[in-house]
Amino acid sequence: MTPNPYLWLIPVLPLAGATINGAFGRRSSKKAISAIALVFCGASFAMALWIASGFSAAAAPYYFDLAHWIRAGNFQVDFSFYLDQLSLVMLLVVTGVGFLIHVYSVGYMWDADGYYRFMAYLNLFMFFMLTLVLAKNYLLMFIGWEGVGLASYLLIGFWFTKDSAAAAGKKAFIVNRIGDFGFLIALFLIIQHFGSLDFTRVFAAVHSLPPETEGTGLLTSIGLLLMVGAAGKSAQIPLYVWLPDAMEGPTPVSALIHAATMVTAGVYMVARSHMIFERAPGALTVVAVIGTLTALFAATIGIAQTDIKKVLAYSTISQLGYMFMACGVAAFSAGIFHLMTHAFFKGLLFLAAGSVIHGVGGEQDMRKMGGLRKYMPWTFGTMTIATFAIAGIPPLAGFFSKDEILWMAYASPHGSWVFWLIGVITAFITSFYMFRLWFMTFFGDYRGAAAGDAHVHGGHGSGHGHGEPHESPWVMLGPLVILAVLSFVGGWVGIHHKFDFFLSPVFHQHGVLEIKVATAAEEATIAAMEKLELTLTAVSVAAGFLGLYLAWLLYHRRRDLPEKIAASLGGLYRAVANKYYVDELYALLFVQPLVEGSTAILWKGVDQSVIDATVNNAADSARHVSDNVRHMQSGNLRSYAGWVAAGGAVVIAYMVWMGVR
Amino acid sequence: MVPLSYYLLLSGILFGCGVLGFLIKRNIITIFMSIELMLNGVNLSFVAFAAHWHALSGQIFVFFVMVVAAAEAAVGLAIIIAVYRTRETLNVDQVNLLKL
Repeated sequence: MTPNPYLWLIPVLPLAGATINGAFGRRSSKKAISAIALVFCGASFAMALWIASGFSAAAAPYYFDLAHWIRAGNFQVDFSFYLDQLSLVMLLVVTGVGFLIHVYSVGYMWDADGYYRFMAYLNLFMFFMLTLVLAKNYLLMFIGWEGVGLASYLLIGFWFTKDSAAAAGKKAFIVNRIGDFGFLIALFLIIQHFGSLDFTRVFAAVHSLPPETEGTGLLTSIGLLLMVGAAGKSAQIPLYVWLPDAMEGPTPVSALIHAATMVTAGVYMVARSHMIFERAPGALTVVAVIGTLTALFAATIGIAQTDIKKVLAYSTISQLGYMFMACGVAAFSAGIFHLMTHAFFKGLLFLAAGSVIHGVGGEQDMRKMGGLRKYMPWTFGTMTIATFAIAGIPPLAGFFSKDEILWMAYASPHGSWVFWLIGVITAFITSFYMFRLWFMTFFGDYRGAAAGDAHVHGGHGSGHGHGEPHESPWVMLGPLVILAVLSFVGGWVGIHHKFDFFLSPVFHQHGVLEIKVATAAEEATIAAMEKLELTLTAVSVAAGFLGLYLAWLLYHRRRDLPEKIAASLGGLYRAVANKYYVDELYALLFVQPLVEGSTAILWKGVDQSVIDATVNNAADSARHVSDNVRHMQSGNLRSYAGWVAAGGAVVIAYMVWMGVR
Repeated sequence: MVPLSYYLLLSGILFGCGVLGFLIKRNIITIFMSIELMLNGVNLSFVAFAAHWHALSGQIFVFFVMVVAAAEAAVGLAIIIAVYRTRETLNVDQVNLLKL
């Protein structure tokens, strides 16, 4: 443990930017706003790079106690930050990708109303996300956790005059509440049993506990509750429904928050709590099953979507499922590896999609795109790299991380061939829908409105007229190119398990579950395993190419086929296109009973006929009594005197009567 | 010697006259006089009791009552003059602005 007094600056710098832009942005020029947002975010990135350059595995983890916060008896929580290999990876991804997306946003959002608001929110998001990543205890992490939720809500509802955007923001916030509720209860359990929320102290305490191999216990409960929180934030079954709707937000937001960083917070949290999960195999299995199911489920929905951002949203959910699958088989470093590469290529995909949307004047429907290859060559080139990367084609980034996950899903002691098989099927579907998007967008002929048509600019926010699709400005293309390079080479750090090795001090140090450690006695087994690994890799790469071939066949060569297939599938196709009616199901099961129950019982029953009725009846009866009594106060002086005399007579009569007795 | 009960009877009659006058009469000055009558009826009983029990406090109390009655007469007459100036009547039934 080495103190590093600069850690706290990394999250606080973007907060300063958010404060300045939020307070003075309305009256500042757009150039000043951009400069402030970029400088503070860039400074944070530079700090992260500087700290990373001085990072040494021997001195790690670094920490810094900024200030005291809660002191109650033995229980204490401080504003303290913590940096180990795991948070370093997250830190670099968040600040790096975040900074690129800030740059991109300058171009994308330049014409939008409330530009200063957007930049302030983005910086605010960076602050909370970095707090989440650098926190040294669960409570500070929870602040970041809630804060990114807030920033996400604000940015989804950025175009708040549009009903759908406002509703999507609320939906994201409310669905996340359910997950946060689980997270909070997990924190309460941790406080109750370990008396602290500090990572090092909790994990030291957990370390001494035996694995809960049989049945369920404290650690399993904590793990499952943490997973509820992670499922909310990272859009896993059953709480994933908010993420597709979150695409109502501006595209840079989708890239930054709903693809690259915030939604991976759940994965980070599970990986951070690996000590707990490793000792709760039951919880691990649940994580793996949820991740696997989500990966497959969301991927199938992605096939039938026509909105370019919706495809990417379901793809994000599916890829997050992969990460949870990795965490669920205790291959945390593989999950984090995929998190990193996914941040590169999915961020790039969203930014490129934003560039496409920008280029065609706000249109998001892929059926009205096509042939954009010759209009926007740079966008096409970068998007191609990202598409190949996510499809798992070697030697791009996605191949290495996805292959690592699939291998661990098979070979880990917690793994199973079922996870692997579903993973490979998902990889095939992923490749198919991504190339479908690629072919529909960039190949064939342009199917959008002809030049000169008046465009209705939906959520795009840019006011200028559109004729021909056009390439985006360089301020947008620059980040695309950098991310494309990262999507290409980003996976190479995983060769020879270098990434795994880098993270090993975090994950394997106290690990009770050693993952396939090579011992000399097992040479033969290892050789066999390596052969098997190669075979499995070949299968997954083949799945990727098969997806490419099928997409090429259906969406390039034989364009008439998809409709025929859709028609012949009938109900199944409609179910997929309508996202399996999950939203409708939730509305029927949860929303409607809640609304109706609240209306009938809570509103009309309890509120109106009990609480209101009590108050109103009290007031009414008081009024009735007073109405009758006020006639005594006639204003007639002699009647008052009569009352006084009568009262006196009664009192005297009473006293006389008492005296007689 | 006149028995105590005679004084008390007279005191009660005086007080009762005062009450009746207060309730029946409409002229505000008559009402005022009725109040004085009630006060003096009570004064009579005080004095009678004081003589009977040989206790001075009752007689002292009567002085207090007289002082208060004098003060009350001063204030009350001032009010009556004010009422007459604004309402131009001394009939209490017509001084009824606060009535429903």
